[in-house]
Amino acid sequence: MPNVSPVIFADIVLPDLLDAIPHPVVVVDRNLRVVAVNSRLEALTGLGQDDACGLYVDSVLRSSIGGRGRIFREVLESGRARVVEGDILGRDRRRLTMQFTLAPLHGQSDEPAGLVITLDDLSIRGAGADQDSGSADAIIGQSAKMQKVFDLIPLMARTEASVLITGETGTGKDKIAEAIHQRSSRAGKPFIKINCGALPESLLESELFGYVKGAFTGAVKDKPGMFRLAQGGTLFLTEIGDMPLPLQVKLLSVLDDQEFFPLGGEKKVQVDVRIIAATHRPLKDRVAAGLFREDLFYRLNVLHLHLPPLRERDSDTRFLVNHFLRTFAARTSGQTRTFSFAALEVLMAYPFPGNIRELRNIVEYCVNICPEREIDVEHLPSSLLGRAPQPGAAAAEISRPAEGVSPSQPNATAAVDWLTIERELIVNTLTLTRGNRSRAAVILGWGRTTLWRKLKQHGLTPETGNKGGSA
Amino acid sequence: MNILITVQDHSVAPRFDQATEVLIATGEAGRLDGQVRTIILPHRSAEDLSDLIVKEDIDCLVCGGIEDSFYRFFKWKKIRVYDGVIGAHAEALSLVLSGELRPGMVLDSARAGV
Repeated sequence: MPNVSPVIFADIVLPDLLDAIPHPVVVVDRNLRVVAVNSRLEALTGLGQDDACGLYVDSVLRSSIGGRGRIFREVLESGRARVVEGDILGRDRRRLTMQFTLAPLHGQSDEPAGLVITLDDLSIRGAGADQDSGSADAIIGQSAKMQKVFDLIPLMARTEASVLITGETGTGKDKIAEAIHQRSSRAGKPFIKINCGALPESLLESELFGYVKGAFTGAVKDKPGMFRLAQGGTLFLTEIGDMPLPLQVKLLSVLDDQEFFPLGGEKKVQVDVRIIAATHRPLKDRVAAGLFREDLFYRLNVLHLHLPPLRERDSDTRFLVNHFLRTFAARTSGQTRTFSFAALEVLMAYPFPGNIRELRNIVEYCVNICPEREIDVEHLPSSLLGRAPQPGAAAAEISRPAEGVSPSQPNATAAVDWLTIERELIVNTLTLTRGNRSRAAVILGWGRTTLWRKLKQHGLTPETGNKGGSA
Repeated sequence: MNILITVQDHSVAPRFDQATEVLIATGEAGRLDGQVRTIILPHRSAEDLSDLIVKEDIDCLVCGGIEDSFYRFFKWKKIRVYDGVIGAHAEALSLVLSGELRPGMVLDSARAGV
């Protein structure tokens, strides 16, 4: 083994150290000769520590980024880490898309003693999921509209520009945002999500920008805030349409200058954060109504991605039904379940105003309610049956958007219907569990707190129930 | 036997699809027949390189990593493929002529100068 630096290449410790890293890793010296590889890299390339040691790094990695070692030498000379995307040819002759993080290793001298190259397999990530992997993180979609979305993800991942994701509730905006981050050069860095509609203005400001000790009563220590926590990574602002106007000004200022004052602070904090925003609201309408700043809208809307509602995704509903059936079957008895033809017909005819979230809940409900292997119409939520029109009529309804309603917003009738469905779903489940809320929460796939919140929302808590009577 | 080796500088190119230079030699039983030709390719292309291999009536390909689809294509064409070879192309040529080369072989020259 070449004697590169006694600090980093203590050969007794190094292999153990590298094996603890959950990614393929190779360490090279200044001549780009391999000093150490971990077991994950061995699994990938077929070359273990003894085989690879002393070989030129390109020969071991078989990567597309090599370019006769130019990029590696650049990192050695500059002393600055780089993240690049490329591919490698694995031991099984498969081409695998990888993200390479090249970081200089400093020994005793000022100059880097070598490099540590960490590989991250992008081909196994969910963003381009073109198959039903069964993974909860996979984004499932075969329809032409979703394929267009999948095509845009890598393009959006390649830039640093802000992204605005729109789409009805339950269409998967969060997953798409995460997929963009995971495929970007910021992938190894934090991805932090904050819901701008869930917090009051003052709390949202402190959550986003942090505060210094003594800024207000109760500020007993410095709080970094989401912007600082996302340093180098991506900040995902969901429900941006609900952000209070005063905070919109501050956000715009951060986006322009990449710096801000924390609450009560006198020193500006510089940040390098990419912004992805999402909303189910038609932002242009909110701009026209004076509820959203036009300049912030244009600042966020550099790249725009609209997610189609489930009713416009052709065959995806069937695909998602199968996916959720498998997911819940695995979580419950493990018994494979299917929908009968009649039940499927009802499901296919339903417009799913709550989109994938609603479909998921319905499938989970059915899996838990139905004792048989085949889920029939009688096992579907009664609200769905009561509402579901005849298949022919339903098709006509699905293809006709509600008049006067923005296509990016669920129509009012659908929203009301979803609340009705949800209420009935809760009542049916509580009936089934004889009022046992813990069991009902498990069946519904919610936390107890969520169930409690929804019970209150629907006036189903004992107090409101007594007061409201028929609430 | 016609032999083609994908090369990068003095070594077998790490990847078939990234190679921009090839050596073509004819020989058997440890000796060369005629000159070794070098061809510089206009650009990196596994497709173009495959066309060249077929056009040159190559019997034996020596390369670094190669994608499975190309590997299977050459097998189907009855071309012997020694892939995953690491080391100097001169040593690889010598070993293939003597029948000692194996796929995935790390040659002595690969660690020369360490």
